[in-house]
Formats: sequence, structure tokens, C-alpha cells
Amino acid sequence: MAEEETTREGARTRSPEEVRPKGQASIAQMIIIGAIASALGIALGLIINWFPTPASTQAEKIDTLYDVLIIVSVPVFVLVTVVVLFSVWKFRMRPGEELADGPPIHGNTRLEVIWTAIPAIVLVALCTYAYVTLTDLEEAQAGEQRINVYGQQFAWTFEYPQGAGKKPVLSNQLYLKENQPVRFFVKAKDVIHDFWVPAFRMKIDAVPGITTDYRVTPNRIGNYPVVCAELCGLGHAVMRSTAHVVSAAKYDAFMQKLTAPPAPTGGGGAAPDGKTLFTQGNGTSTACGACHTLADAGTSASTGPNLDEGLKGRDANFIKQSILEPDAQVTQGYNKGIMPKDYGQTLSAAEQDALVSYLQKATGG
Amino acid sequence: MAVSLRAPGWYRAALWVAIGVAFSFALTIVIRGLYGWDPLVDSETVLQIGLFAVPLTFLGGIGCFDYWLYWAAGRKTRPEDHASHGAHSWKDYFKVNTDHKVIGTQYVVTSFFFLFVGGLIAMLMRAELAQPGRQFVDAETFNGLFSVHASLLIFLFIIPVFAGLANYVLPLMIGAPDMAFPRLNALSFWMLPTAGALMTASFLAPGGSFAAGWTAYAPLSTTQPIGQVFFTIGVQFAGASSIATALNFLVTIITMRAPGMSFFRMPLLVWANFSTSLLVVIATPFIAASQLFVLLDRALGFNFFDPAQGGDVLMYQHVFWFYSHPAVYIMMLPGFGIISEVLAVKSRKPVFGYRMMAFSLLAIVVLGFTVWAHHMFVSGMQSWIRIPMMVTTAIIAVPTGIKIFSWLATLWRGVLKLDTPMLFALGFITMFVLGGISGVMLAIIPFTIHVSDTYFIVAHIHYVLFGGSLFTIFAGVYYWFPKMTGRMYDETLGRLHFWLTFIFFNLTFAPMHLIGVQGMPRRVADYAQQFASWNLAISVASFALGLSTLVFLYNMIASWRGGPRAAANPWRALTLEWQVSSPPPIFNFDTIPTVVGGPYEYGVPGAVHGVFKGGAEVPQPAGAREHATAD
Repeated sequence: MAEEETTREGARTRSPEEVRPKGQASIAQMIIIGAIASALGIALGLIINWFPTPASTQAEKIDTLYDVLIIVSVPVFVLVTVVVLFSVWKFRMRPGEELADGPPIHGNTRLEVIWTAIPAIVLVALCTYAYVTLTDLEEAQAGEQRINVYGQQFAWTFEYPQGAGKKPVLSNQLYLKENQPVRFFVKAKDVIHDFWVPAFRMKIDAVPGITTDYRVTPNRIGNYPVVCAELCGLGHAVMRSTAHVVSAAKYDAFMQKLTAPPAPTGGGGAAPDGKTLFTQGNGTSTACGACHTLADAGTSASTGPNLDEGLKGRDANFIKQSILEPDAQVTQGYNKGIMPKDYGQTLSAAEQDALVSYLQKATGG
Repeated sequence: MAVSLRAPGWYRAALWVAIGVAFSFALTIVIRGLYGWDPLVDSETVLQIGLFAVPLTFLGGIGCFDYWLYWAAGRKTRPEDHASHGAHSWKDYFKVNTDHKVIGTQYVVTSFFFLFVGGLIAMLMRAELAQPGRQFVDAETFNGLFSVHASLLIFLFIIPVFAGLANYVLPLMIGAPDMAFPRLNALSFWMLPTAGALMTASFLAPGGSFAAGWTAYAPLSTTQPIGQVFFTIGVQFAGASSIATALNFLVTIITMRAPGMSFFRMPLLVWANFSTSLLVVIATPFIAASQLFVLLDRALGFNFFDPAQGGDVLMYQHVFWFYSHPAVYIMMLPGFGIISEVLAVKSRKPVFGYRMMAFSLLAIVVLGFTVWAHHMFVSGMQSWIRIPMMVTTAIIAVPTGIKIFSWLATLWRGVLKLDTPMLFALGFITMFVLGGISGVMLAIIPFTIHVSDTYFIVAHIHYVLFGGSLFTIFAGVYYWFPKMTGRMYDETLGRLHFWLTFIFFNLTFAPMHLIGVQGMPRRVADYAQQFASWNLAISVASFALGLSTLVFLYNMIASWRGGPRAAANPWRALTLEWQVSSPPPIFNFDTIPTVVGGPYEYGVPGAVHGVFKGGAEVPQPAGAREHATAD
């Protein structure tokens, strides 16, 4: 401190204008470096494989929009970073400048108007483009198929209306015809969920009390994950399904299979296999193994109670009640209302019995 | 013992809390008895009454209401001898104190305590997420971890730490001896650890911690176990603390400025806190209301959010975001103020475009109330409202851009001292621009439809709140450390802390943009196999980021205990807080300064911000000597 006192007068002999003369940093240099960095950054941004494989016409439009956002964004970041780095390089405090000041520049109205107006214009232009794209994405298509989507803790149910007078087909898998425009009507049975197929790029919340909707036209055959994107409770992370985009012929075959009457109870028909029902469900019901641990079936999920422990030595009635009326008796440490209450509808009587006897056997009851 | 139970303090607080618990039982029994409900003692009911009664009796016992109670009872109030001003030993920080400098320190230290709690919780989450599947915690605990992580860091760290720093320096900056309402100030502080204790203690609640996210969307939150109520009620206390402090700042700024300190001579930190306080006072009641609705639904069956009973699920989100979007600016504007202070002093130049800097803060306050529904682009609300919300959201980047460009112009041709506060300030500018860019991207509806509720959002919010707010907080803490403690921090450790934080922050959060766009939803304990390698890399980087804070912690503790004594004005700054000793005298100024010029006249020969008439002991600002003697 004492040293600084003595050198203070010395440092003041150089005026700020002398310490930092105008034009010390070459703006041309900055522009060239900034342009190169922007070009590299944009190239990198466009090369990176950001998105999952696009599987709908909507996905292509959103991916293009993202490319535009990258092209606009990278130069903004480069501009700021280059000015910061150039300032650090050219204007950092050098030995002997400990007491120097910069020139007292208070502002520059023209510059301030420019950096208010240009971003505003760019942003309004982006919004206009986004508006046009959004209208495109949500435009009604000719011959749209309607599919109802139900979210509940922690499974998706897809309902395919089959025309007047026919019973709609239900499935926990999403089947879609290639190039067939679809409009999803989304409902929630308990809390908010969010119906998202990343490959389609579209999502909407499933909200209790209202019906939400969106449109997609799947255009690439394949299987794609269906994800719940809105936190919905314990099993949120495992609330997944699969969207199967298939040819029209295959789609009809799937619908045929799903409308086939359930296996007749008793008689000579193939008895439903309890273990398969447990691990995979029957195509409509949610698989038990998605939430429960059971050593015999090789499942290890922890959303619901561990059945090796919880069902050990329990009789068939208890097991059946636990499946059909899950809230009747809840294992300590778990909550009511988590397990779906629709197994009475989604499982046939024979399937219920098969599942109960399998569980009894597997837990040594 | 009898004496200490009557005097305000921890013994009396314990006694009053016991009375509060007894009251909760008694009220439950009386009401349930009158209605003839069985069982008479319902543990959930007792707990919910207790969650209000215990914090209030604690605040009373520790002494927050003593003066008012005495006055209201017509008893003799203790004369204002300022006995509770100043801190003479570390024990004084554990008492109700009305000195804004003590309260500021209490605020900052308490908030940093919760930063470390919240950070540890983040480490647990990253340990779980290092591999797909379940490793350490079950789904319920994991949902609790990210909910408590966000709640603590928002309500117990970022918002109060800014209030704490401003509490310390703002009265000094405007030449005031204290805040306008010192007793209210003390109450504001003591509500904070209370709220923090509630949220942290929720892990002990039957059924686990609150697990519906910090957003607590109904109807998930209204059907959660009792842990949810710890959040619902905790937010009431944190919110009340926030509102009381904001009112205090507004009145202090409007009425207690030193002679000559016109609004356009105020340092930008004061402008920033003025704007923030406006936001807090207008917006915070909305989150209090939204959580009160949840409480009424959950505890008393009010059905605000049960569509089967005529409730409206989307209403929750509108009320919640009407606070929680402005809250983003509540968590950012004070940081803008800190950066303006640090950049001007460390670049030795006036802040470029001072008036536009002040106006852009006010523009953000106004625009901040017009963008809330951009959090709801995929919520199923009426679709037309998305378009105006997109436009306002994009346009709010204009005043923010003005600030960024003005800071860059402030750097230009300056004499840049690249010490720790400056490094954090420069790091802030670059990282915050990234967060701002992803913010503009998120305004663009078609892109948001794909990435909302994904890790892209997680990346964005951490670039804004960590690369943004936390960097400004670090800059501010290093910058005012000499003033607050009277000691210098270790510069080498400070720079090491910056570089570790800067590098591992980017390694942790940058890849989250990518996995988000690729389709990884947020708030999941388990994820698809395709994201495994990125998540492992993110977890490793996050552990290094966590460890880097230990450098900061060591530096702060060691320097506070035994760092070299700080000079009054080690940065050669012009603003008033640097014109008094470090730490400042008990009533801040021996003579009240007169403000004669702008706060950032660096490079103007002989410029001075404030003068002290007759204050021979008061140190003079750099270059002020000639001017002051001529005065």
C-alpha cells in the first residue's frame, strides 16, 4: 500500500487516452477471427447428430428449424466470446499499469440504438418463421385417423376406434400406419402425464379433466420409444411404451389380432401363461414386472412392493384382491392410487386365474 | 436457567417450540373431538398444524417479535440503545440482531450452507444417474432428491444470498446507517433457516420427502404423502421472508439515500435490487397462493384442482408460473447489479450506457410479467396464447442483450485486472450468453414442443442459474469479502476455484443439451441404454465440480480466520461502501456522505462519488484528494 502511494503521482502522468489509445485492438482482426469461429461453430452445430431418427413429416420441419436456430445462435455466442477474449488479450493490466484508468467513455447513443434494434429485428423474424412452422405442424390433414391416448400411473393405453357400431380396440402399444396422418386425443386418468414420441418431435400434456391433441404423419417404418415427459410419480421413469410404424397390411394384421376374442376359459384352448402375463402383459394390460420385483420372473423394478417378500405365503384370495383392488390393502411404505385399478377389465377371468396361480407358485404360497 | 428461559434466545426458543407442539396436539384434539371424529389424535393433522405452529413459536422464542409484543402489550419497550448492533464474537451471529451488516453475513453464510446441502443432494442424484437402472436409491427417494435440490437452491440459496449480499452492501452504497426497518430485517432472516429446516426435514417425514418437483404440479402434489406439506408450508416462510426483505429494500432505497444520491447517481447494484424488490413484492404472493391452494386441496379437501369436482388443473400452472417466471429474474437481476459493480471497478472504466442499464432492468421487470405461459407451451392451454407469449419471451432478450453489449463496451479499452471477481464476471458473461441463447431457442414454440421436459431444459436452467447467477454470486462474494470480513482472501486459491468451476461446470452441463434433444426426459431415476455413456461422463464431471467448491470453502474459512488484514479500499473503487473502513464502523458512517457525482467516474480526472465533510478519519477515494480539499 505504501508503495502504491508513492507511485500514484507517477502513474497519473499518463492520461487514460495514452494508456489505452484508440485502435489498439484491430476491429478487422476481430471480425476475421469471429467470422472463422462462427463458420466453424455453425459447421460443428450442423454436423452434430442432435436428434433421434426422424419418423414423421413434423420431425423434418422441426429439425430444419433447429438448423436455422443454430445458424443464428452461434455468431451471437462467438461475438460475445471474441470481444471478451480480445479485451483480456489487449487490455489486461500490464506491469506498471496498477494505478492507471481506462478512458472515461460513458456511452454511445448510436451504438446503443444499433444493439437494441438489430436483436429486436432478428428475434421478430425468428418468431415469424416459428409461427409459420407451427401452423404447418398443426395443420389438419385429409383423411386423419383418430387415436385416443390415455395416460395413467404408470402406463399408456391406446384406443383405436373401429367405426360405428364396433368396439374400439385397446392396446398398450402404439400401432401406426406409415404415411397415414393421425390425430391423437390425449386424456389423463389420474395426474398430469405427457405423451411424447421423440422420433415424431411432438408432445402434449395429458391433463385430467380436459382432452388435448396433436397431429403427426409417421413416415418411416420402425419401432420408436414412447415416453412420459411430465413427472407423474414413482414410476414416471419407467412409463414407456413403443410406437410401431408399420405398413398398412401389417397394421390391419395387428388390429385383427387385438380384436380376436380372448382365449376361451376352460375347454381345450391354450391356457394363458402366468409368467408371460407377468413379464409382458397381454397386449392390453400393463406388465406387472414393470413395477414389481419377482425373482422367478427375473424382474427387479422397485416402483411397487417386492413380491418375493410381499406375497410370500399369502393365499390366492389375497393375491387376487391385490391385483383387482390394489388399494384394498397397501404394503407399508407404499401409497394408495399408484397401481392401476383396471386389471379387472384388461385381464380375462382365465388370465387372472393364471396370474394368481403363477404368483402363488413363484412366491412359495 | 429461569432467566435464560425468559430472555430471547435458543433456550426460550426450545421452550416455546415445546409449547407449539403441545398446542398442535391440543388444537387437533379439540377440533376432532367437537366433530366427533375418530381417532382423536391424527398424526397427519398434528403434523400439519405443527408445521405452522413450530416455526412461529421458534421465531417468537428466539426473539423476533419481542419489541412488537412488548409494545402491543403496553409494556415498556427496551430503549433503542443499539445493543443488538454489531457482532463481537461468532456467538452473536446466532442471536437476533438488527444490524444490517450482521444480518447480511447471517444471510450469506446460511444460504451457502444450503448451497452445500443442495449440492450434496445433486451428487447423490448424479451417483444414481451414473448408470441406467437403479443403484443407490429407489424411485421415491430420487423424486424427493431432485425436488429438494431445486427447492433449496432456489428458495434457500439463490434468492436469499442475493438478499444477503445486498443487505450488507446496499445501505453502505446509498450512504444509509442501516436498513429502514431493522427489526423486520431480522425477522426476514430468521424465517429463512426455518424454511430451510422444514424442506430438509421432509426426508424424515413418513412416506418420504416431497417428490412432485419444485414445481409441485397439481394434482400430483395434492395426492402426495405428508412430505409435500413440508414444501407447501416451507415456501410460505421463504416467501414471507422474501417479501419482507423486498419491502425493506424498497423503503430503504426510496427514503434513506444520502444527500445528493439521486436515482441516477445510484450504483447499478442498487438499481438491480430496486427492480428485484418490485418483482418480489408483486409476484411472490402468487406462489404463496398456489401452494396454499395445494395445502387446502390436500389437507381439507377443497378440490381446487380436482376436475371431477369442478376444479381446474391448468389454473395451478398459471398461478404458479405467474410467480415462478418473474422468479427467474429475481434470481438474475441482483447478479446483473454485481457484475456492473465488478466490471466497472476491475476495468477502470465507467459502466457503458449507465442509464440504459438502469432502464433495461425496469424493462425486464415489466416484460417479466408477460411471459409466464412459455412454461406451458405443451400444457394443453388454449393454443392461440402461445404466440404472444413466444413474442414477448423473445423480446425480453433485447433488454438483456443491451446489458451484455454494454458490459462488453465497458471492458473495451479498459485496464482489466484479471483477479478472481473479474474472472467470475467474465465467465458469467460468456456462460450467461449460452443460457440466454438456449432461452431464446426455448421461446421458439416448435423447438420447445420437442425439448420441453427434457435434459435440454435442465441444461438451460443450469447455464442460467449456475453459469449465470452462481458465477455472479461468487464474483460478489470475492469482491466484497474484504469489506465484510476485514480480511483478504487467497488470490491463488480463488483463481484455482474459478478455473475448476468453469471447466467442470461446462463438462457437466453442456452435454445435457445434447441428450435432451436426443430424447432423454428430465426428472427420471432411470433412462434408456442409449444415454448411458453421456450420463456417466456427466456424473464424473459433476463430482469434480462438487469437489471444486471445497477449494472455495477452505479459502473462505481460512481467510476469514487468518487472512491478511484488508485495506479500506483495496480495489480503488469509488462507490461509498469502499470509503469506510473494512469492516465498516458500527453505524457505517462517522459522518453521512454527500454525493456529488456518478458512481463509476473512473478515468475522469479528479472525479469523486461522495464526499465526507469534516470526516478526517474517513479514507478518500482514488483521485478524490484534490476535489475534496477544494470543496
